[in-house]
Parts: sequence; C-alpha cells; structure tokens
Amino acid sequence: MSAAFTLSRNAYGRLVYVGADGTRHENVTPVRAFAITAPDQGIALMSAESKELLWIERLDELPDEVRRLIADELYQRDFMPVIQRIVSVSSFATPSTWQVETDRGSTTLILKSEDDIRRLRSPGGLLIADSQGIHYHIRDRQQLDANSRKILKRFL
Amino acid sequence: MTAIDTLPQAWQDELAVQLVADERTLATLEIDLDGRLEFRDGLIVLTDRRLLARTNEAADWEAWPLTAALTLTHHDHAGVGSLELDDGTRRLALWRYTLTHNPAALRFEREFNRQRDSVASGLPPAAPAAAICPICQAQLSPDEEECPNCARELHTPPSTWTLLRLWRFAQPYKRMLLLGFLLTLASTAATLVPPYLTMPLMDEVLIPYQNGQPLDVNKVAWLLGGLLGAAFLAWGLGWARTYILALVSERIGADLRTTTYEHLLKLSLEYFGAKRTGDLLSRIGNETDRLNIFLSLHLLDFATDVLMIAMTAVILFSINPWLALATLVPLPIIGWMIHFVREKLRTGFEQIDRVWAEVTSVLADTIPGIRVVKAFAQETREAHRFSEANKHNLEVNDRLNRVWSLFAPTVGLLTEIGVLVVWIFGIWLITNNTITVGVLTAFLAYITRFYVRLDSMSRIVSHTQKAAAGAKRIFDILDHVSSVPDPAKPVLLPPVQGGIQVENVHFRYGNRAILRGIDLDIRPGEMIGLVGQSGSGKSTLVNLICRFYDVTEGNIKVEGIDLRSVLVADYRKHIGLVLQEPFLFFGTIAENIAYGKPDATRDEIVAAARAAHAHEFILRQPFGYDSLVGERGQALSGGERQRISIARALLINPKILILDEATSAVDTETEFEIQRALNNLIRGRTTIAIAHRLSTLRRADRLIVMDRGKIVEIGNHDELMVREGHYWRLYMAQSKQLDAPPALGAEDDERAAPQPEHRPESEAKA
Repeated sequence: MSAAFTLSRNAYGRLVYVGADGTRHENVTPVRAFAITAPDQGIALMSAESKELLWIERLDELPDEVRRLIADELYQRDFMPVIQRIVSVSSFATPSTWQVETDRGSTTLILKSEDDIRRLRSPGGLLIADSQGIHYHIRDRQQLDANSRKILKRFL
Repeated sequence: MTAIDTLPQAWQDELAVQLVADERTLATLEIDLDGRLEFRDGLIVLTDRRLLARTNEAADWEAWPLTAALTLTHHDHAGVGSLELDDGTRRLALWRYTLTHNPAALRFEREFNRQRDSVASGLPPAAPAAAICPICQAQLSPDEEECPNCARELHTPPSTWTLLRLWRFAQPYKRMLLLGFLLTLASTAATLVPPYLTMPLMDEVLIPYQNGQPLDVNKVAWLLGGLLGAAFLAWGLGWARTYILALVSERIGADLRTTTYEHLLKLSLEYFGAKRTGDLLSRIGNETDRLNIFLSLHLLDFATDVLMIAMTAVILFSINPWLALATLVPLPIIGWMIHFVREKLRTGFEQIDRVWAEVTSVLADTIPGIRVVKAFAQETREAHRFSEANKHNLEVNDRLNRVWSLFAPTVGLLTEIGVLVVWIFGIWLITNNTITVGVLTAFLAYITRFYVRLDSMSRIVSHTQKAAAGAKRIFDILDHVSSVPDPAKPVLLPPVQGGIQVENVHFRYGNRAILRGIDLDIRPGEMIGLVGQSGSGKSTLVNLICRFYDVTEGNIKVEGIDLRSVLVADYRKHIGLVLQEPFLFFGTIAENIAYGKPDATRDEIVAAARAAHAHEFILRQPFGYDSLVGERGQALSGGERQRISIARALLINPKILILDEATSAVDTETEFEIQRALNNLIRGRTTIAIAHRLSTLRRADRLIVMDRGKIVEIGNHDELMVREGHYWRLYMAQSKQLDAPPALGAEDDERAAPQPEHRPESEAKA
C-alpha cells in the first residue's frame, strides 16, 4: 500500500488524495486512532464526508514527502499541548487560572473543577481539560519540576 | 471607536501607524495561536476598506482590500477555532485561536460580512443582529462579547465576599438576629464572671484564712452563690442564644434551598443539558446544608470566641495591664502557629476527600454495569481495581495521620507554654508585690479558657473558604437568567387549532449551527413525519416548537402569534409530548397518568388508559391503577411505560402532539401495540413524529426529510419513493437490512450488527 496513492496540498491549503484507482478526494483529513497512547500508529485518512479512505499502520512506513504532509497536517489539527511546567495558579479553589508552559508556548488555562483532571493509564500521565475544551497533556507528573509537582498535588 | 479602545496600548500604537488618515476601525480580533497551533499572539483588524493582520508568520502587517470576492469562513475543532480568508480561488490566510476568543471571532466574522457586502453593493451596511451568549443563549447587549453570568461562573474563583450576599436571605430575620446577638453578648459576659470571682475568693478568703484569720462564712456563701448563679445564668442565656440562632439559620437555609430550586426549575433545558445531575443535586442539597452549619455553628462559635477574647482583654487590662500584656502577647503567635499547622493538614484532608471520591467512583462505575461485568467475567478485575483505589486511600491516610497524630499534642504543648509564660511573669510580679495571688489565679483561669478555643478559632479560615465556595455555587444558579424568558407583556393565546408556522428558523447551539433556514407550514390536524440521519436537526426542531429553546434567528408562530410573545406555561398546555425514554415519577400509575392534569377524575384516567391500550396491563398489576411505580418504573416493561406516557399525553387532550422516537426503544411486537395506541392519540391533532424506523411513519400526511440542518425533501411516502432522493436511499438501506441477513459489508450501520440476546441500556451507555 506504499505508493499506490498520492497526496498533495491545493491552493486552499487542503489535502487532496488520489487513490490507487484514480478517484480524487479534496479536503481529506488525517486522524489519529489513538491520539494519546499511540500517536504515530494507526492513522486514518478521512474524506470530507467522514468516510475512511486509507488506513496507515505506521507513519514511518510512508514515503518521506507524504509522511511530512500528514505529520504537518496532524500537528495543525491535533491540538493537545503538553504541559512542561506549571508557573503559577490563581487559587487552589476552582475555577482556577493556571499559567503554564507547554511544548507549544506558554499560555493560561482555566480549570473549571478538579474533575476535569483525568488520570491516564500510563504511570503519572494526566489529561487536563480546560474551560474551553482544550486538552492539556502531562506525560508524567513525576518528571515535572518540584514547584509544578507541588501545585499539581493540591488538585489531585 | 470602541473596537480599538479595548486593545492593549502596544497594539493600539502599532495599529495607528498602519491606518490611512480617514480609515475607520470596525472590529478587532486578538488571536493567541499561530497557523501551526503554537501559542503566539496576533491581531486581525477590520476597517471600512481593508482587512489587516499581524502575525508572527509574516515579517510585517499584511493587508487585503475588501472586495466582493473575499470570504471569511469560521469553524472550530477540538477547542481551536479558525478563520480562513479566501478570494474564491485560493486561501489567502488562516488564523487560529483558542475558543476564549470565539465570541469575538464570531462578531468579527459578522462585522466582516456586513462591511464586505456594503463595499460590494455600495449600500450602507445592514443593521447588526443581536448577539447571543453561546453558552446560555441569553441575548447580549451590543457592547458585550461574553455573557456576564457565564463568564463569571467560568473565571472567578469563590471569594469570601460572596458570603455577604447571603444577607438577602438573612434580612427577613433581622430582629431575631439582633436578639441572638444580644444574647450572645450577655451569655459570653456571664461565662466570664466565675474566673473574676476566684480573685476575692483567693485574696480575701483563702489566703487570710491560711494566715490564721477566721473564715468569713458569709462572704464565702456570697462568692460561691455568685459562682453558681453565674453558671446558671450562662446556661440559660447560652440555651436561648443557641436556640434562636439555630432557628434563624435553619430558616435561612430552607429559604435558600427553596429559592434555588424554584429558580432552577424555571431555567431552560439548555442549562440542564450543560450540567451534571449529581452536581445540581449536591448544590441544592449539600451546599445549602453546609452553609447552614457554617452559619449556625462555625460562625456563631467564632463570633462568641472573638467577643470572649475582647471582653477578657478588657477585664485583664483593668486588673493589671502588665500581666495582661504578658498574657495576651503570646496569644496571636500561638494562634498563628496552630493555624499554620492546620493549613498544612487541610491540603491533606482535601486530598483524602478526593481519594475517597475515587473509591466511590469505582463503585458507581461497576454496580450499574454489573451485567456487563458478569457477562465478561471481570469480577476479579473490578475487585482488584477497587482494592487498588483503597490502597491509594490507605497510603494517603497514613501519610496524613503521621502529621495529624502530632497535632493535638502540639496544641497542648503550645497551650502549656503560654500558661508557663503567665506563671513566670506572674510569680515575678508577686515577688515584687505588684499583684496578689488572687489576681494570678484569675488570670490563669481566664487564659486556659481561651487557649482551648484557639484551635477551633483557627479553623474558621477553612470553614469560611468552604462556605464561600458553597455560596458561590448556589449564587451561580440564582444569577442565571432563563434563556426562554416570559414576555413582559404577554399576548393572550386564542383557542389553539394546531397550525404551526416555522419561518426561516436558524438555531445555533454553542457555536455549532444546527438549523439553517427552516421553513415549514404545518396545517391543523396534519401528521408530519420528520426523517433524517441522527444529527440532522430533527430533535432540535421539535425542541424549538416546544419552546424548550428559543430560535437564534427567524420565528415560530402558532395561530399567527410568535411563540416568544406568549406565556411559556400557557402555550405548553396545548402540547402533548411522548419521548423515547418515558419517565415515570415515583407514585401510583394513576398519578403518573394524571401528571399534566392533577385534578383529572378517575373516569378520565381510565378512559385515557384505555385509549392508550394500557388499561388491561394496568389491571394486571397488584393494586391496579393504585400500584406504585418505582424510581423509573422499574416493575414495568419499556412498552408498558411508554403506553402510560401516551395515556399521560392523551389525558391533557393537547392540540399539538409530539412523538420523539416514541417507539424506537421497544421490540417490533410492542411497537405494534404502541402504534395502535398512537393511532388513537393522533386522531384530530397536529402531530409531529420523529422515527428512525421509517415504516412507523407510513401514516404521515407529509414527510419532511432533513439533512445537516436543512429541509431537503417534502412529500408523502409514495412521492418521495418515486423521486429516488434522500428518503429513497434511507428507505432502501433499512428495508435491505430487514430482508437480508446481516451482511459483513454493512458494518457502518449499527443495526446490521448481530443483536445480542439481552439489551441492557447500561451497556449502550458504557
């Protein structure tokens, strides 16, 4: 299934997929099947009508150019900042405004209630949903610096 | 212009350089993400002739003159909104932002469309449409971007000042509160008498007696009598005080609860949709109770303690200022130390609360899903999960107990140290002949009293914080205004014939457009079938017709009158609603049937039940119509419950009948029974029915086929079949499944999957 299809970007910045049989689909989107546990495996290309066009077992088995296009699109689509440091929080009572540093730059988030912090299966992994529905990921809270850990502990 | 005034100064300066002399700024939008979704600030500006943008992706400002070809498209995905600018041939720019800026972005888009249309047509721009809060759908005033209520609920942490708002509920009890306060003052004063009497008892009786003088029996009797009297006085006053204040606080709590609940019932369905049931339950139940306890217990105790310390200080200073100073100076220090340790413990206690919630959530997860657990033989795993949560609970408790067990002895130690200071200084003063032994005894008697109180006083901080959080959660409900308000001057609804006109209706939920320009004229007595895939807007349309929500744009009229200008309750009297999941209240079957008309006679109830084909199975119940049905009608089958709810709708004899998937939760045979009941129900009424199984809509006069918020086809079954469009495709897809055995290729339709023997609802939810 390696090179039987082509993928390109059109003038609108959207991905265009041409399948092995020559059918052309505009505006396709790559979707991660396991966005948190296996981000680089199991990626589906979906048509604008939400039909699966192609299942990609692993991202690294694709030709370079296609892989770059997909990885690029995924980076722009899957918005899940990884928290690297919690700078400060406005209060330990919710709603609380957090000042955080993430892999996508520093920002503030509003935590509506402690219930919005979800423990993941992976040890120390947390998923924090803010008031706007953005999910922030903490890979392993034991790996954060002491201050962040201290703040986080008040909410766990 | 206001559009520019709200910007930070740096942006204003930078923007001013970009604008031409008479160029007017119409709207601005601050964005916080760049095209690659990294947090970078940017600004988009709309002027009367251009669209300007400053982002980190371009070296300088970018500008596009407004032309008719430009379109700005807004969409959002997973918490990120985007605006795309294109000229019909290619994308010119893509801007991203977190949804915090969404209201502003939607406003920007509206302004852009108005200005572009005006530039293209040469006419002055159209009047702005009223903005609506994306969360609660309340109308916003033109200069607001966010609904103040929703914003406060989201952004403000609870503040202690919220507690002051409770005054609104305390006001009716002003006199009793004043009386309570005076009693507190008096009873506290009475408790301070006994230590004072120890002074003369020492100095004028015991010490002279020890030094060889005779015992003054009369004086002893007076003093001891005084002690007893003071004790009784304190007892009586304390009782009156506690009783009166408990009475008041109980009433305040009850008022708070009823007011909140009454207000809650008036809020729109939207509000309930966005909240979890458990959360609302706890707000009305637990939070009001917690506030109650705070007022009647913690606050009262604290006030008494403060009064006592103040009065004691006055007495001590009047006896001997120096010793008073030595007594009182260590007090704040020790008080602070106790508070410090408590605060440390508090985080630990909060953690225990949360761990405890974790333990119970395992239970809440497993017990309702017990059939699934057993079916997949996962009992051991669930037991293991529970014991893991318990282990975590133990660990946290152990850690805390190490500190906690130290706490009480520490308070004791600190108290002893404080007393020791008084002893040392007192002995020194006695040796200097400045004070008598009696004075020292009195001081010691006073001091031990309030060292004991210091611990409970230090808790007031955390109690207050908790109460403030509770008060905020309650006022969050009270501050919400219903999004389907009753009109100020309601129009009287004439006798309803059942005709409904839906005119160019748009509806947005949050920021998603659900209905886009629906036009529909329903004649009195007509049966309309709504057909379409899930998510096509059928239920939303029905909810709008019931006025559970208000339309975002356009209007719905009954008898030629806009729904928004009649009283909600007046209108709903004419609507009978049968839902997919019939809800039965706890009570008898008769009560449930008569829910919409509590004064219905027994004959009416029986007639309604007969018409709903429910009469016979009701008679099979142990007490007939007087049989109790449980929390969710446990003892009855789905079809039986549905028929009771049909009887309920029949009894109020509505002109408009709405069937929202009334038969989709039951098997085919029961469906047939219900269908017969429904045939009685729809006779002579305007009926709007939603159904997944198209066969149930065969009797409909007109079928309305919806797709993605629009009406795509209208006609009866035969007409639509001939047309071979949307309806035909839906119909063929369903009949194929019925005829052929489930095929492997049909995996994208859940119905094609083999049906399990049992169909527990919990499984579907899991």
